[in-house]
Amino acid sequence: MTEHDTMPTGLCLEKLEIVREGLTLVSLDTRIAPGEVLTVMGSSGSGKSTLLAVIAGAVAPVFQVSGRVLLDGRDLSGLPPQQRHVGLLFQDDILFPHLSVGGNLAFALPPALRGRAARRARVEEALMQANLKGFAERDPATLSGGQRARVALMRMLLAEPRVLLLDEPFSKLDAELRLQFRQFVFTMAKTRLLPVLMVTHDIEDARAAIGMVVTPKGKALTI
Amino acid sequence: MLQSPALALVAFLAVLAFNTPASASPDPADWDAVLTEARGQRVYWHAWGGDARVNDFIAWVGRETRARYGVDLRQVKVSDTAEAVSQVLGEKGAGRDTGGAVDLIWINGENFATLKQNKLLFGPWAQQLPNWRYVDVGGKPTVLEDFTLATEGYEAPWIMAQLVFYHDSRRLPEPPLSMPALLAWARAHPGRFAYPQPPDFLGTTFLKQALYGLLEDPSVLLKPVSQDAFDTLSRPLWDFLEQLTPLLWRSGQAYPNNGARLRQLMADGEIDLALSFNPGEVSTSIATFELPDSVRTYVLSGGTIGNSSFVAIPYNANAIAGSMVVANFLLSAEAQARQQNPRIWGSPSVLAIDRLPAAERRWFDQLPSAAASLSAEQLGVPLPEPHPQWTERLEQHWQQSYGVSR
Amino acid sequence: MTPRPHHRKDLLSWAPWLTLLVLLGPILMGLLGTLAPAFGWLPALGHREFDLTPWRDLFAEAGIARSIQLSVTTGLSATLISLLLAVLICAAWQGTGLFSRIERLLPPLLSVPHAAAAFGLAFLIAPSGWIVRWFSPWATGWDIPPDVLIVQDPWGLAMIAGLVVKEVPFLLLMLLAALGQVDATRSRLVAQTLGYGRIMAWIKGVLPQIYPQIRLPVYAVLAYSMSVVDVAMILGPSTPAPLAVKVITWMNDPDLSLRLRAAAAAVLQFLLVLAALGIWKLGEFGLARLGRHWLETGGRGQRQALWSGLGLGAITLIVASLVLGLLGLALWSVAGLWVFPDALPQHVTLQSWSRYGPALGRPLVDTLIIAVTVVLLALVLTVACLETEYRHGSRPTTRSLWLLYLPLLVPQVGFLPGLQVLFVGIGVNGTLGAVILAHLIFVLPYVFLALADPYRAWDPRTGTVAASLGASANRILWRVRLPMLLTPLLVAAAVGFATSVGQYLPTLLTGGGRITTLTTEAVALASGGDRRIIGIYALLQMALPFIAFSLAIAIPACLYHRRLGMRNTL
Repeated sequence: MTEHDTMPTGLCLEKLEIVREGLTLVSLDTRIAPGEVLTVMGSSGSGKSTLLAVIAGAVAPVFQVSGRVLLDGRDLSGLPPQQRHVGLLFQDDILFPHLSVGGNLAFALPPALRGRAARRARVEEALMQANLKGFAERDPATLSGGQRARVALMRMLLAEPRVLLLDEPFSKLDAELRLQFRQFVFTMAKTRLLPVLMVTHDIEDARAAIGMVVTPKGKALTI
Repeated sequence: MLQSPALALVAFLAVLAFNTPASASPDPADWDAVLTEARGQRVYWHAWGGDARVNDFIAWVGRETRARYGVDLRQVKVSDTAEAVSQVLGEKGAGRDTGGAVDLIWINGENFATLKQNKLLFGPWAQQLPNWRYVDVGGKPTVLEDFTLATEGYEAPWIMAQLVFYHDSRRLPEPPLSMPALLAWARAHPGRFAYPQPPDFLGTTFLKQALYGLLEDPSVLLKPVSQDAFDTLSRPLWDFLEQLTPLLWRSGQAYPNNGARLRQLMADGEIDLALSFNPGEVSTSIATFELPDSVRTYVLSGGTIGNSSFVAIPYNANAIAGSMVVANFLLSAEAQARQQNPRIWGSPSVLAIDRLPAAERRWFDQLPSAAASLSAEQLGVPLPEPHPQWTERLEQHWQQSYGVSR
Repeated sequence: MTPRPHHRKDLLSWAPWLTLLVLLGPILMGLLGTLAPAFGWLPALGHREFDLTPWRDLFAEAGIARSIQLSVTTGLSATLISLLLAVLICAAWQGTGLFSRIERLLPPLLSVPHAAAAFGLAFLIAPSGWIVRWFSPWATGWDIPPDVLIVQDPWGLAMIAGLVVKEVPFLLLMLLAALGQVDATRSRLVAQTLGYGRIMAWIKGVLPQIYPQIRLPVYAVLAYSMSVVDVAMILGPSTPAPLAVKVITWMNDPDLSLRLRAAAAAVLQFLLVLAALGIWKLGEFGLARLGRHWLETGGRGQRQALWSGLGLGAITLIVASLVLGLLGLALWSVAGLWVFPDALPQHVTLQSWSRYGPALGRPLVDTLIIAVTVVLLALVLTVACLETEYRHGSRPTTRSLWLLYLPLLVPQVGFLPGLQVLFVGIGVNGTLGAVILAHLIFVLPYVFLALADPYRAWDPRTGTVAASLGASANRILWRVRLPMLLTPLLVAAAVGFATSVGQYLPTLLTGGGRITTLTTEAVALASGGDRRIIGIYALLQMALPFIAFSLAIAIPACLYHRRLGMRNTL
């Protein structure tokens, strides 16, 4: 757990501490290699979600943060969220309700990908991967929970993130969907060699992730 | 009210400043120059906007002055002339001595006195207007004396006004012709008469009219009056009101705000007897369905108070030449006949109609008659307005005695 | 959760300061412009020495004590009655089908201008009014109306009624907005499962949660009711009139020296409002202490049906008097001769519309230009402020909310005349710009209040997700946040539009009479007293906000008709 690696790839949390009103919520010093999963387990209110917010660059000023976050060797502190290349997945899918499914996906495509046809092709390809062929024009509100979750995941991946942050991503899905979607997420992460940081309070999620499980204070858990 | 010599000097200098550059000092004696300068000017005329008939008439004046003289007339509809006075005052306070927002004001009485005494008017100019020569200076002395204050050419008359009473002839066939008769009738018919609440202009005029009808020697009304003299002289009026007030509409606990509200009370059948300062009001109101056609106008046996309405130009007006052109057009036989037309407005002319050249007089010969209007003979010679000090003291005393219901 | 502040100082961070300047600058300047003449300083009239003469004159005025007392009593009772009725209606009926029908009625009811509502009510309840006409002479035997003092009564009851019918819908709307912030349905349910009656459950379980959020609107109602001029002139007593009417009368008197007394009275009016707010605040404090005890006594609430019936009766009466009053005015606008005791005009004619219609063009255009510009400016400032707040993670303090409410708490007659002098001084009076700025003072608070809650309620995770997808803060604002908040944006715009259309005193004073809107025209013509004209203008004045509110509902429905997720964002 405290083993330091000089390899710059993956997500490094260097002596990262998050304090609120004198109370230490998070204290981690670790690295997640590409394709690996680190699970942070803890009860609600233990600061798990704040950890993700700090990495994504969206934290309220009431928290004091020390230490560094490095992504593929690059220090993230001070960078605005949109330049961090961090993919976020919440338990709610947070699809934009005013855009179609295709619109949601196109929103995430980097501007470097030019041409209407090329962008549309990329969206279609992503829908295909998620088993949602022909859904581009659909209203997200008409999709089932599983379908929405897959759209949210594909949207995140289209933005070409270099790390995945998962905030209890499966907790709102029913048992069978959960199994499928969990598989789908971890496979996607593995094939793209993305480091994954998941926070959860669900032991099943932690087991399925196959990787290190720690508390927010950095204590290793065996499950 | 203006006591400060420094301010008077400022006002004087402001007028001088106007008079030096040629463009800012149109001389009405050189009428061609005025017409030339007026062409293309826009004139903002601040005029009471509460009567659509008047607004229609002013809109017509605007169409004519634009077509004939290239003067673009815009009516600024105020709900009270004092708003325009405030505006000029505000500009004065802010040091804006040229290019003011008000070019022409429909004005008379206290508002005129205020502006004139504070040197906030341009002039004199009115008596040099080409159409001044037909004004009935002899038969209508009020065109020269505005509430006993000499106009001295600082305002030009355009309409005559006279206090008239009106009654619904179906409910009240024989209306009272004097103040004592009014009181006697009210005793028999309590709650069927009202007058607007002073200091509304029409309400104050009713008090003055009552004084005319109750004083043994009404000539004192034309002179300034001390508080002591007022207290003695006005006693008959307060004795009269002491008896009349409990017999008024709502027992004098509430009053209509103005003449328009009074007319509405008549239309609603709440009262049988009312008053107006426009002898043509009833005729035009019948035409617009505001009053039933059984309403008739009359004047009291001793005559009623009358005055003239004027237009004046503020000292800092932006379009002085254009304003004079409008004032002159208002005095033309054509405009005067139109305003006197009972189907249009019904407000009597300030001109001496019999002295007009035949070609001009025909405008008046063509006018239709209206059953609810009175002829010049029936209206009689109007009684002059009392001195402004009377107005002030009347309003004050009334407010103290009747402005707070008991 | 908000993004970390950027190094680059962006334009946005100036927005709160600019907004404060727009709101407070004119009010402070205007108050100074009123304060000076109140103490004898009015150089334009040659008064260059500070003294207390205006105050001595003011207190020497006959009946001034009654005027002051009327301002306080009518203001406090109108506010108290409005609040009690609004709370009763909410407590008794929230969550029912009837209540959602009331909810739908609120926007059109709110777009009725105060003066039109007052005229309508006056025509309904006067002894020669519509109600008496329905029953005369066949039932009452009256051929002429009875001489009874109903309108303009010396206690101000008619005036209080006129205020209540307008303020209850406003407070209901504010209550509804506040209800969105708390879990009212479940709070009430929990209380009901503990054995409390439906109404008592709401009053004990929900009201204490939401009162803090409607406190400022209640204060605004109190300040408005105490200093209202138009309603007081139509329905209020005149022997003597309430203080605010006195201020305007003196301000408009040909005797210019009365302006000093008017200024003193305006200052007094401002102090009265402050004092009344203090009394109210004390009342709140006392009630809170008593209330805590009362909450713990465990009374479960009796006479459920009686109170429900009372609430139903109140809202029915309010809606009926507004609707019937307007219907009466609408009928007047096409009436030929219509005398007592006819329940209907003798004949119907379009004469009034054809006479006044053509003159409506210019004021209508000016009204629209002003309202649209003001609303756009208010929206830009409001969004800029809220976005700054969001990006910098600062939460608004209660104090800043007070500042926002200041234009609604300071009586208009207290600072507008002073503002006019200022505008004249810098030479902008009578321009569109001056009118727009003056309107902005009153429109901005309403737009801000209408938009702030939905803006803050927006799920910040949406922004976080969008940012993690690579979108810049501005792209998130334009492509995600504003489109998602389209309905609240348009509703706020409609509220601002209605506010702008209804402004009288600010338009009159800063427009120098040259800028005319429907409202200034309406008031000028209403001084002629013909109900036909009042009817025409009342309908038009109502139609504009009504169209705005309808568009605010229709545009999102049309744009997002295929987006189910956008249906319940209001």
